[in-house]
Amino acid sequence: MYTEKVMDHFQNPRNVGEIENASGVGTVGNAKCGDIMRIYLDIDENQIIRDVKFKTFGCGAAVATSSMATELVKGKNIQEAMAVTNKAVMEALDGLPPVKVHCSLLAEEAIHAALWDYAEKNGIRIEGLEKPKADIHEGEEEEEY
Amino acid sequence: MGKQIYLDNAATTRTAPEVVEAMLPYFTEHYGNPSSIYGFASANKEVITGHREKIADVLGARCEEIYFTAGGSESDNWALIASAEAYAAKGKHIITSKIEHHAILHTCEYLEKRGYDITYLDVDENGVVDLEQLKSSIREDTILISVMFANNEIGTIQPIAEIGQIAHERGILFHTDAVQAFGQVPIHVDEFHIDMLSASGHKLNGPKGIGFLYIRKGVKIRSFIHGGAQERKRRAGTENVPGIVGIGTAAERADRTMEARTGKEKELRDYMISRIEAEIPYCRLNGDRVRRLPNNVNFSFRFVEGESLLIMLDMKGICASSGSACTSGSLDPSHVLLAIGLPHEIAHGSLRMTLGEDTTKEDVDTVVDALKEIVQNLRNMSPLYEDFVKKQNA
Repeated sequence: MYTEKVMDHFQNPRNVGEIENASGVGTVGNAKCGDIMRIYLDIDENQIIRDVKFKTFGCGAAVATSSMATELVKGKNIQEAMAVTNKAVMEALDGLPPVKVHCSLLAEEAIHAALWDYAEKNGIRIEGLEKPKADIHEGEEEEEY
Repeated sequence: MGKQIYLDNAATTRTAPEVVEAMLPYFTEHYGNPSSIYGFASANKEVITGHREKIADVLGARCEEIYFTAGGSESDNWALIASAEAYAAKGKHIITSKIEHHAILHTCEYLEKRGYDITYLDVDENGVVDLEQLKSSIREDTILISVMFANNEIGTIQPIAEIGQIAHERGILFHTDAVQAFGQVPIHVDEFHIDMLSASGHKLNGPKGIGFLYIRKGVKIRSFIHGGAQERKRRAGTENVPGIVGIGTAAERADRTMEARTGKEKELRDYMISRIEAEIPYCRLNGDRVRRLPNNVNFSFRFVEGESLLIMLDMKGICASSGSACTSGSLDPSHVLLAIGLPHEIAHGSLRMTLGEDTTKEDVDTVVDALKEIVQNLRNMSPLYEDFVKKQNA
């Protein structure tokens, strides 16, 4: 059901991890629906994305789109990163099954959320960037075993 | 990749070679239509009766109470729709449970649209229906109670004899979907007060495309497929003779081997459960520990998602299944896991492994070793786990 590229990025995800004192962190999705993505950005003074890491809770497509999205924004400036759409992520993965298209949207939103965080921290405005709407705390419950 | 380890026997089983062997002559040699007059074909009528008897014997039923169908879903549809229609004059209320198979639940929805009133019983955290709630749900116009014998996802076995007794004391029909239980646990239709029972061939090392519905003598139920006089005019269509031979042979075989086979499976099941609980933190066994199908292991692993788990297991040659949304084609995880009270995110991280007659201890060890590694790798990638660990350390 998945392309070779999706399987490759799922099994060998690029840029998994955290960045301490990241320039921007964005978390989107909802555990209730089964997908959460978190993106960490390290952005230098020239607004170049020096490093990027991710963590994802979700299906194979969610992990693969996160991995691919990080690859696509790494080394880019923030305007170029803004141009990384869900369509670009999907194309880079040679496509996704129709029921998994929302995963690629999540990847785009996660990048935007991290950029929003960066913009807020630095008091700047990024052209075309809107406040992220996804909220992971919705429906999240603490369950003890 | 090493050899394949198949732990999805609740989905389907390998057809036993002796079953295939019994079926083969009915494709190429004895292919006659059992309804034909000449001896070459009509001999197949006796063959069908012989296999009907084998199934009746297993259930403590009469031969003429077994009706062959194309499988479990057809049997469930027939039992519900046809009895609902036949008893409509008495009432239009049906009681079932929230954790039934979709062959029951979607048929109930169909009946609801046609004016029937359905009560869906709750289950406790282990998936067992509440008998008191059942009693209090019964009304003057209740015509049918349908509760599955054992659940396909979490393996919980219901108190069927008690439910049957409650139904019979009130003069209500009792149907049970025994697709997962038939051949796995002893079933006697009189002892359990069962009026109708659905079963399928391919869950007990028989072929696909064949099942049966047991209908107690005297139960009014209309024909499901109209046409010829097959199956006492209740289910028309030329008999699937190879399939009938297959399910009859498989039922007889499953009954004969039940004690030894399920004894071994239970041992392996409990070994697997204890290893997982001891070696993988933040997991939860789903389903009842004791009232459980001999081959069912179902766990939720916190902070990981089921489809990811399945793909990772598949890469290692391990076949299993999950109740996560991604494997159901919708955004909601399994209705069974939600009904036992699991929060969505924990239901998404469920894994069902169902052992078979060929499963070995080495298989179980290989799978648990793989699972430990995969769950840890996925947790290392999970933002939920990251948050959890940070909270623990704070």
